[in-house]
Amino acid sequence: MKVTQGTFSFLPDLTDEEIDAQIRYSLRHGWAMSIEYTDDPHPRNSYWELWGLPVFDTKEEDSEIILREVRAAREAFPEHYIKLIAYDPTYTRQTTALAFIVNRPSVEKRFILDRTQGPGRVNRFRLVPDDRTPGSGASASSNGGAG
Amino acid sequence: MSPTSKGSGSLEKKDRWSAGVTPYAEMGYYDADYVPKDTDILCAFRIVPQPGVDHIEAAAAVAGESSTATWTVVWTDRLTDHKHYQAKAYRVDPVPGTDQYIARIAYDIDLFEEGSIANLTSSIIGNVFGFKALKSLRLEDMRIPPHYIKTFQGPAHGIVMEREMLDKYGRPLLGATVKPKLGLSAKNYGRVVYEALRGGLDFTKDDENINSQPFMRWHDRFSYVMEAVSRAEAASGEVKGSYMNVTAGTMEEMYERAEYAKELGSIIIMIDLTVGYTAMQSMAKWARANGMILHLHRAGHGTYTRQKTHGVSFRVIAKWCRMIGVDHIHAGTVVGKLEGDPSTTKGFYDILRLNDIPEDPRYGVFFDQNWASMPGVMPVASGGIHAGQMHQLLHYLGEDVVLQFGGGTIGHPMGIAAGATANRVAVEAMIQARNEGKDYFQEGPDILEKAAKGCPELDAALQVWKDITFDFESTDTPDVALVPSIGY
Repeated sequence: MKVTQGTFSFLPDLTDEEIDAQIRYSLRHGWAMSIEYTDDPHPRNSYWELWGLPVFDTKEEDSEIILREVRAAREAFPEHYIKLIAYDPTYTRQTTALAFIVNRPSVEKRFILDRTQGPGRVNRFRLVPDDRTPGSGASASSNGGAG
Repeated sequence: MSPTSKGSGSLEKKDRWSAGVTPYAEMGYYDADYVPKDTDILCAFRIVPQPGVDHIEAAAAVAGESSTATWTVVWTDRLTDHKHYQAKAYRVDPVPGTDQYIARIAYDIDLFEEGSIANLTSSIIGNVFGFKALKSLRLEDMRIPPHYIKTFQGPAHGIVMEREMLDKYGRPLLGATVKPKLGLSAKNYGRVVYEALRGGLDFTKDDENINSQPFMRWHDRFSYVMEAVSRAEAASGEVKGSYMNVTAGTMEEMYERAEYAKELGSIIIMIDLTVGYTAMQSMAKWARANGMILHLHRAGHGTYTRQKTHGVSFRVIAKWCRMIGVDHIHAGTVVGKLEGDPSTTKGFYDILRLNDIPEDPRYGVFFDQNWASMPGVMPVASGGIHAGQMHQLLHYLGEDVVLQFGGGTIGHPMGIAAGATANRVAVEAMIQARNEGKDYFQEGPDILEKAAKGCPELDAALQVWKDITFDFESTDTPDVALVPSIGY
């Protein structure tokens, strides 16, 4: 499977040039940029680790500063998920404006559906990381054309 | 105490307080010198008087009948500070080239109960729409002052919180209504949900008339749908949702259904506009207290929003729904199969999403509206849209919107998941192109073609639906034409 969180996960992995174009778009809007990484891409994991603090007030022509951080994070955590985040501090928004994955582990994490059977045919579901050997065919699902 | 009469048949001007009928305008319901207070609720009505009825008197009659007046003078008015309670028509403008007038009327905030849309609407649209002296009447817009706004809950979560809950940013959200609308068993229904969500959509949706019918009862539907949602989350690593329609005959049943959706781990429930304003307010309070997004389908609105000279404009309904506290509301597609002039639709979307909306006749906005920091409502575009229109949808509707491709997902020749993938690839490719500074509105078809080279699902979608458009003239348009080349 491919973890399809983030704005561009259904496209082929973005090249550094394409990432730079997204950085420049974000900086043009005055957004703060930050990088986060994790080895736990569970969809309810709200807190990936911070790669340093968010960078504020970078000019569009200095987009290389951000790209350099992306490369450094990849070097430090090549087998982690890394995402690049643009944050819009404008009144009434004050949230993330764009967030996309810029690094994936060589073997993607997978989840299995844990099912607790209850009375009245009511099943309760929970996602748990699949720790079985990757590629053993344990997961029956693929996600369409995302791969 | 008896009012004096000047005798029947007299053509002399009657005393304001003498028994009998005094023109509304003379009773104080028209006041050209009135300066609206910051706390007043203002309304713009489109009035078509009956032949022979003076337009000022018609406007005053609307003000009177929607506030304190009745058809004849009553002495009991004098037991009150009646001028305080009278609505006042303060401006009446002809609409050039028509028999219509726009009447602006001010209501003191004292006329309305705090936090009650039922009370607000009973006053403003309660009686007056059947008034014989008018040929037709339409409530075009309302200015709701912050003082009154602040007595309402507002959206259970709002756009910002919804995005953080979903962890999805920077692009329109994607959804699909399960089709066929009626007849699927619960298990088959869940299959459609699973395929659409694992293929790449963020949401699936019950249709407005899917409640709890003989072919599929609500409890079974919820059970199968949540299995499908959970399985799609495992397959994608993304948060997914399916709007569980809890619309029912009584509040007790709606709460029961909503509780079960929550118990199963759903992030969202849904109601129809047909349940009524009070039920909507109750469900909005429940949704906030229980951490669930609240989707509203505007079922039935076309009966009173569509005709330009009679009814209530959807921009007013949109304001009421933001105050009531829904998180999602269907608000038009511009390019799809349902009514939606681009300028008018932009007005709706602005009213739902922005904090400050300036008066602008080009978009049908009659008053400045400030929402006093009340969170925005996510508009939903649904009805006859497909992946090949992605550049138009992004151009007209922007980023904070749910694009719902029902037929455009489920009708895909390679299957439901393939249809979902086509839509997701199309939206991501269009966002990427826009952010790279491309003129995506003009180059849209090329951008999609290019994305389709690496995605057979999108390629097939473009082939099947490439020539499908719904090009009919709109009935609900602003009075002031927008130069066609101006985009937004």
